[in-house]
Amino acid sequence: MNARAITRVGYPLAGLVIILVAWTLACWLGRLPTVVLPTPDKVLYSFIKYFPMLMEEGWVTLKETLYGFGLALILGVPMAVAIANSRTLNLMFYPLLVALQSVPKVALAPIILVWLGPGLESKLAIAWLVAFFPIIVDTAAGLRSTPKELLELANSLNASRWQILTKVQFPAALPFVMTGAKVAITLAVIGAVIGEFVGSSEGLGFLLLTATSQLDTPLAFAALFALSLIGLLVYLLVEGVELLIAPWLPPAPERH
Amino acid sequence: MAFGTIKNVRKVFGVSELGSRANEPVVALDDASFTFEKGELVALLGPSGCGKTTLLRIVAGLIAKTSGSVNIGGREVDSPVGDYGFVFQAPSLMPWRSVIDNVLFPMEILKRNDNAARARAVELLELVGLGSFHRARPHQLSGGMQQRVSLCRALIHKPNLLLMDEPFGALDELTRLEMNDLLLRVRKETGASVLFVTHSISEAVYLADKVIVFSRRPARVSQRIDVVLPSPRTQAVRFTPAFTQAERAASEALGVVPHVEAEAS
Repeated sequence: MNARAITRVGYPLAGLVIILVAWTLACWLGRLPTVVLPTPDKVLYSFIKYFPMLMEEGWVTLKETLYGFGLALILGVPMAVAIANSRTLNLMFYPLLVALQSVPKVALAPIILVWLGPGLESKLAIAWLVAFFPIIVDTAAGLRSTPKELLELANSLNASRWQILTKVQFPAALPFVMTGAKVAITLAVIGAVIGEFVGSSEGLGFLLLTATSQLDTPLAFAALFALSLIGLLVYLLVEGVELLIAPWLPPAPERH
Repeated sequence: MAFGTIKNVRKVFGVSELGSRANEPVVALDDASFTFEKGELVALLGPSGCGKTTLLRIVAGLIAKTSGSVNIGGREVDSPVGDYGFVFQAPSLMPWRSVIDNVLFPMEILKRNDNAARARAVELLELVGLGSFHRARPHQLSGGMQQRVSLCRALIHKPNLLLMDEPFGALDELTRLEMNDLLLRVRKETGASVLFVTHSISEAVYLADKVIVFSRRPARVSQRIDVVLPSPRTQAVRFTPAFTQAERAASEALGVVPHVEAEAS
């Protein structure tokens, strides 16, 4: 193993080991009962034992997340284009968007549940609601920060507005869109779980609630673990898509 | 009639054009007049903020003039005409396009992106010494190489006028000299007229057939200097008396050195 691989894999692994040891020690030294804080091995045991169920419930949460995120993308990007290109629309709707963003989504969840019922639709709606904002804000910011020279170049060639949008503005905004998408998709997971908390009969959020109400803390931790795996998975998914459609982006550290 | 006629062009930026912090209009350009012939290279020389860049954008039809007239090739310009080439101070390439696709961008906009255009792009890249970099991405190239790509992009649609806004200002001295020679070579091959904004006296004199000197605000044309140097120009020309004389004339017009009447020689 070369030095680079050690840094990339070895260090995070070492960090994980330190946390696990500290966790175990805390359980032993504090004589914490399992129902308060299970040791890592009990969580792992629970994770393996209930693996099929975790997969099943996780699949539900994953679906809610992806649908909500997808809808946020499909609606958010065209709206950002409209807002970035029209001063009137910007003035009309941007303050509303910011106001909407400051409303805690948890507070909206019960209302949405009343509207859409306890099925997939309400979770999707809440996931959409939290994912929507970063996408629209980042995309609009990206569209507005097109380098002035590129716009001048296009204008000096008498480019149409559509040409400017598709050939200059949008590709230039793509890194912003992807940044928004990365934030949005992890938020979408949270949105889906909020929806499940408020009312549902499936999903990891539901499993988490059930497990804690039955004092099965190891299972609750296993569900949490599964949730973070989903979060990681969807994040990597977006990053993979980014590499696919925008391989020209400079490596991440240079970008900010 | 001359190919290009710039006559009494004046530009006042109104408060609304300047943004929220401005509270009075700014005279960016006050009475600029000069003419140039087809194939001539005209250097617009002046201190920073003297409105030469503004004039370039007016000629491109990108911003409206307050008064005066701009006539290029028998056509009055008040909006973009679509067949000028533009080179900016920064290369301003599109990072998402390969080198050759960057060069072909104007042809896409003009809907003339055919095989002939591609062949010409290859030829131009060859001409500027980037023959083997078609597939490269802009960020893989050095600043000088990127500016060469930018030059090819400006020439791909065979413009009859090339507008250059301090194109080599951000490059190091040696690269700059190299780019100057490249521009002279490219110009000879394409026959385009060039308006070249710069604040380097020696660059202006080395490149131009005619140097238009601008004064500081209110920006107006203070002098027109015809540069007559042996052709073809090579770097050795810099050490000839004719070159020094032209440099001196430009320096005097800028007020950098005091004007000397009828210098004894």
